[in-house]
Amino acid sequence: MKRNFAKIAAAVMAGAMALSLAACGGSSSSSGSSSAETKAAAETEGGSGEVFKIGGIGPTTGAAAIYGTACKNAAEIAVEEINALGGVQFELNFQDDEHDAEKSVNAYNKLKDWGMQILVGTTTTTPCVAVSTESNADRIFEITPSASSTDVIGGVADADGNVNIPRKDNVFQMCFTDPNQGIASAQYISENQLGSKIAIIYNNSDAYSTGIYNKFVAEAADRNLEIVYTGTFTDDNATDFSVQLGDAHNSGADLLFLPIYYTPASQILVQAEAKGYDFKYFGVDGMDGILTLEGFDTSLAEGVMLLTPFAADAQDDLTKNFVAKYQEKFGADQVPNQFAADTYDCIYAIYNAIQAKGLTPDMSNEELCSALIETFTSSDFSYSGLTGENMTWSESGEVSKDPKANVIQDGAYVGM
Amino acid sequence: MNLLANLINGLSLGAVYAIIALGYTMVYGIAKMLNFAHGDVIMVGGYVCFCTMSYLHMPAPAGVLFAVIVCTVLGIVIEKLAYKPLRQATSLAVLITAIGVSYFLQNAALLIWKSDPKVFTSVVNIPAIRLFDGQLVISGVTVATIASSVIIMIALTIFTGKTKVGKAMRAVSEDKGAAQLMGINVNSTISVTFAIGSGLAAIAGVLLCSAYPTLMPTTGSMPGIKAFTAAVFGGIGSIPGAMLGGLLLGVIEIFAKAYISTQLSDAIVFAVLIIVLLIKPTGLLGKAIHEKV
Repeated sequence: MKRNFAKIAAAVMAGAMALSLAACGGSSSSSGSSSAETKAAAETEGGSGEVFKIGGIGPTTGAAAIYGTACKNAAEIAVEEINALGGVQFELNFQDDEHDAEKSVNAYNKLKDWGMQILVGTTTTTPCVAVSTESNADRIFEITPSASSTDVIGGVADADGNVNIPRKDNVFQMCFTDPNQGIASAQYISENQLGSKIAIIYNNSDAYSTGIYNKFVAEAADRNLEIVYTGTFTDDNATDFSVQLGDAHNSGADLLFLPIYYTPASQILVQAEAKGYDFKYFGVDGMDGILTLEGFDTSLAEGVMLLTPFAADAQDDLTKNFVAKYQEKFGADQVPNQFAADTYDCIYAIYNAIQAKGLTPDMSNEELCSALIETFTSSDFSYSGLTGENMTWSESGEVSKDPKANVIQDGAYVGM
Repeated sequence: MNLLANLINGLSLGAVYAIIALGYTMVYGIAKMLNFAHGDVIMVGGYVCFCTMSYLHMPAPAGVLFAVIVCTVLGIVIEKLAYKPLRQATSLAVLITAIGVSYFLQNAALLIWKSDPKVFTSVVNIPAIRLFDGQLVISGVTVATIASSVIIMIALTIFTGKTKVGKAMRAVSEDKGAAQLMGINVNSTISVTFAIGSGLAAIAGVLLCSAYPTLMPTTGSMPGIKAFTAAVFGGIGSIPGAMLGGLLLGVIEIFAKAYISTQLSDAIVFAVLIIVLLIKPTGLLGKAIHEKV
């Protein structure tokens, strides 16, 4: 009996593991629709010819709601500011997609019925890959604030040199692509001589982390940065880092590069502290959020450097003005994140391009799309905003801007 | 030196597995059912302790005590609602129910505490032991976890061997029907087993989160599966076996990570389990019981 029971137990175990894996892959999302917006949208259907109709898509409910809400809020601020200037007028219609590709395409179709001429979105990567294929077929100009995968813009070869998704020429990004973050990190570390011996711990079951890691290693080799240790972990194995940290320590590394999200990063910081290891840490935009982690002792993150395009406490006028408006409109406890800043920049980049070319709202989607593509890729067009100075775009759709690094001091980001 | 450091890392991970495995094996040994929800009771224990300390600003011992109380009650309730009606059902039906309970607890935690991870503040205040000029560090949590698992192992062995309730438990585990005829209340004995098992889960949860501070609704599932493996490894139903299995599993996992591959460590752990079960189907310390017809 006991042996049979053990066999049954083993079979059920296998089933349970498969189930839990499937559960990890599925996205949890709560239902919710913005019917009020849709109704308002339906009334103005048909394109008035007076204003540019800007569509926005992002998750304002569900698991990724903080990202989409930040985009929506920032887009509203930018549109209000631009309309207050007189001249070119914008009308914004922002739809929820719950970070779900299918719902995102539905939202896109809804916006198309409304008469959308330009799309700012979508916020998250997976829905954006689906929506950008649609917008490419429909010839609607699209710029995403934050969908960072190269699959969004297409035309980028993978590690084997194959182009799996052809370039979608109407799609541009405001954020760095994942691989470019790796390159930018290596550049930053080498130019500022942050570390002579570098150890890396990355998640090799995650495309984001692996993408950054691969490019970082290639760029580091070109810049003669010495990588003394590379450690990996997987999503299922992200609790115990004693081996990786011990090996990094023994290899004599002084800088630990962490191209990972903030949750495992917080484990690494806590465990390194417990072992008494003293590294300098360098992270990428996935590290953004570590200070808001509930219960995390922020003193452990003291001195952590991270590559993120926006810091809400930067002291330049543009940032101060944006943060003040954001808090005035959405509450004093709301601090805009990089998603908000990227969206704000998207709207202004479109505004600048429209002004530069003298485009008018009565032009068709196709005319606007080709005119905007031409403007964005032209050599004399550049844009300076919250997330960077003198940004330019190549025909690949990727943004070119200087990376901005911040260091955590006294529990807040400080520009480096 | 490196070997020694990895051995200590392994023992510290293994001690966490051991303490979870003790609860698994206790329930299996007496009720003859695998309580897959055990890992999720651990997670609830972690959250309860976290909330007591962070929101109610109570000291750590109060947090641990409160977690033990909540989990003990939770264990009894789960047993009454989910497992008791299935007392006569096949063991497969009970197993599937246990998986259902596990998912229920995870999703309830997701509703109550949301998906954002929380960082647990360690409840252990023992300073780390530094040997050989700080080359070898044994953290306070490791010392506490190993000490707790040894104490719990000894206490459980004495409890099941010497006390009246313990003897009743062993009687129930050997033959439910005969135990009932001898005047033992089988239902209340199994309830007590679940209560003890869940109380242990709370302690395991607090120690797990003290060592690995990220607290999420899925925190208990992977350690739960590993601890189940440890219990089977050591011989499921055997209390010293769970302890041995847990420690060995932790050491194997860390050694596999350090000397073979960080990616394949889990695969190696489960491969070792398969080999042990092929050679010794009852586990390292398990006793083969011949069924009488």
